[in-house]
Amino acid sequence: MKRIIATLLTSLCLGAGLTSTALASEGGIEWDRFPTHKMNDLAALQNGAKIFVNYCLNCHSANFMRYNRLKDIGLTEEQIKGNLLFASEKVGETMKVSLDPKQAKDWFGATPPDLTVIARSRADGAKGTGADYLYTYLRKYYRDETKATGWNNLAFPSVAMPHVLWELQGVRTAKFEEQKDPHDPSKVTHVFKDFVQVTPGTMTPQQYDESVADLVAYLQWMGEPAQGQRFRLGIIVVLFLLGFTVFAWRLNASYWKDIK
Amino acid sequence: MAEFKEISPNASAGAKLENWLHNRFPTAFDAYKVHMSEYYAPKNFNFWYFFGSLALLVLVIQIVTGIFLVMHYKPDAANAFASVEYIMRDVPWGWLIRYMHSTGASAFFIVVYLHMFKAMIYGSYRKPRELVWIFGCLIFLMLMAEAFFGYLLPWGQMSYWGAQVIVNLFSAVPFVGPDLALLIRGDYVVSDATLNRFFSFHVIAIPLVLIGLVVAHLFALHDVGSNNPDGIDIKAKDQPKDEHGHPVDGIPFHPYYTVHDMVGVSVFLMVFSAIIFFAPELGGYFLEFNNFIPADPLKTPPHIAPVWYFTPFYSMLRATTDVMVQVLCGVIAISAIITLLRGGLSTLGKGIVVVGAVVGIALLLTFDAKFWGVVVMGGAVIILFFLPWLDHSPVKSIRYRPDWHKYLYGIFVALFLVLGYLGVKPPSDAGTIVSQIGTLYYFGFFLLMPWWSKAGQFKPVPDRVTFHPH
Repeated sequence: MKRIIATLLTSLCLGAGLTSTALASEGGIEWDRFPTHKMNDLAALQNGAKIFVNYCLNCHSANFMRYNRLKDIGLTEEQIKGNLLFASEKVGETMKVSLDPKQAKDWFGATPPDLTVIARSRADGAKGTGADYLYTYLRKYYRDETKATGWNNLAFPSVAMPHVLWELQGVRTAKFEEQKDPHDPSKVTHVFKDFVQVTPGTMTPQQYDESVADLVAYLQWMGEPAQGQRFRLGIIVVLFLLGFTVFAWRLNASYWKDIK
Repeated sequence: MAEFKEISPNASAGAKLENWLHNRFPTAFDAYKVHMSEYYAPKNFNFWYFFGSLALLVLVIQIVTGIFLVMHYKPDAANAFASVEYIMRDVPWGWLIRYMHSTGASAFFIVVYLHMFKAMIYGSYRKPRELVWIFGCLIFLMLMAEAFFGYLLPWGQMSYWGAQVIVNLFSAVPFVGPDLALLIRGDYVVSDATLNRFFSFHVIAIPLVLIGLVVAHLFALHDVGSNNPDGIDIKAKDQPKDEHGHPVDGIPFHPYYTVHDMVGVSVFLMVFSAIIFFAPELGGYFLEFNNFIPADPLKTPPHIAPVWYFTPFYSMLRATTDVMVQVLCGVIAISAIITLLRGGLSTLGKGIVVVGAVVGIALLLTFDAKFWGVVVMGGAVIILFFLPWLDHSPVKSIRYRPDWHKYLYGIFVALFLVLGYLGVKPPSDAGTIVSQIGTLYYFGFFLLMPWWSKAGQFKPVPDRVTFHPH
């Protein structure tokens, strides 16, 4: 992400101050690497879609994503209708949510953002892709009773969203170590040390990481369902142009051999 | 009226059709000759001469993809973002059309910057091609407007806040500024009204002007003939001609340069396609990540960045701080003193220099640095128009200039790139100083050109263009 604040323009445009999203991407922790091989794994994408519909789609919409597009990751229309749709919904509809945005804001303090292109919007040129961020974020929740939701997140401090996947991961707390601020010895900073598992989840940590990777793969795919086709077509186009360049080069040479 | 030609009834169908057309529309045949088959271009064009035809190609790509985008795009604050995603998902091949258009915008600037650089190093703006250059500068200006208006349309966060920042620049104009900004926005903040008028400018007003200017640019070029890397006018009286009066060192544009440009087009399309298919966001430079968040007037992003092609000029805007304004006052005072000390001026002339300097300094100190930042940014583009009259070098091409001229051009390019780089970074103390140096060099390069461009030991210009057969 390009970081620009115009000193000259500060007064014009930066009245509102930093948002919590900004704080999360600013400084903060290093992002883990999303296992990109999941993008070529239809089973992982389908599992991700299932987790998405069951856990995320209750509060978050995906307003630009049609259910029947899931056929692109190998699901049949019957599977989509049978497993992922409520009876009232049609397979050609987009992934809407019935949650009222005003109520959501009252409950959580923030409106849950639409997730259709979330993976594209969260990239940061210096830190990693949007998928890297989401993969990190969904694995960095811990119990924090000082927060209204009872949850906090290392990748997104004071996040409004509670840990929706907590049953899968179990309850963890975070251990912080007090350290003297190197710039100001009178201050003490809290440096993250480790997570402590309080109660086990229904999944082992490895299974949980796999499931989150599947979910993130799905989010990444949903951000641009044509991306696989784009890549495959690109290889053909570039190969064709390579051949055409050779042809154009030789054609040019045969015309220009007369020019002395 | 041209003579009506009869053709033998035994002629081929093709010849009959051609004769039929020729009798009814001779202008088209004349235009083909003037601009293609009998347009004699110098035979020694090099790599730099690909970018003119590539700019035309990108213009066509932008217009054609734009036509298809407008079929599905909704210029409405409530629907704009969704309609772009609709194009990306539900419109058959919509993603390809959209990526071609978004990549085309950046490609346009890359190609045009390289095309302008070619004109600068080979003196293609010198007499008699001043108008070709001026039309080109107008095209560049319109291109910036076109890109700016177009960038609002996806209605993402960066679209919205970028437009907010740039429109607010106009409010720095003394006296009429706030009203001017209001007039551009059509509202007190960027809103649906702004989106609608920007859409209108982007799809109708500016493209019409742009196409007109491109036609003028090409007609003016074909009237005076192309320059070349040697800066030798192949159509001049003392240049050798063949029995038809065509310059010996010129070759018909078609077929020689059409097949030649085909190679350039093919290589260009290879790079262009690689970006479209493998990295359409190009690391956040061609499509900014923040622009995948719908515009939210209540949430200011922490970093508002113009797209990369504006950043050299944006850096100059940011470089114009209060300190910079004081430096500019010093520069004016010193140049006035030097002018007076050099002598040769009448009393009236001296008076004009003194009054001019005093008024200039007074104005600089009266208005806000923010306003002067806008003036510097605008001036950086406007100054290009005067290049034909700033360059007093006895030769056109850099090939026959003193070596140290090449270093001046090299530093100019390097600092322009540095300014562009600093423009995408958050401001820092060191960055501000570097961008101030860059800004001073940029303006010094042009404003001092009447003196430095004629200084030094020039090399002899050969009688004919240098050409090595393929």
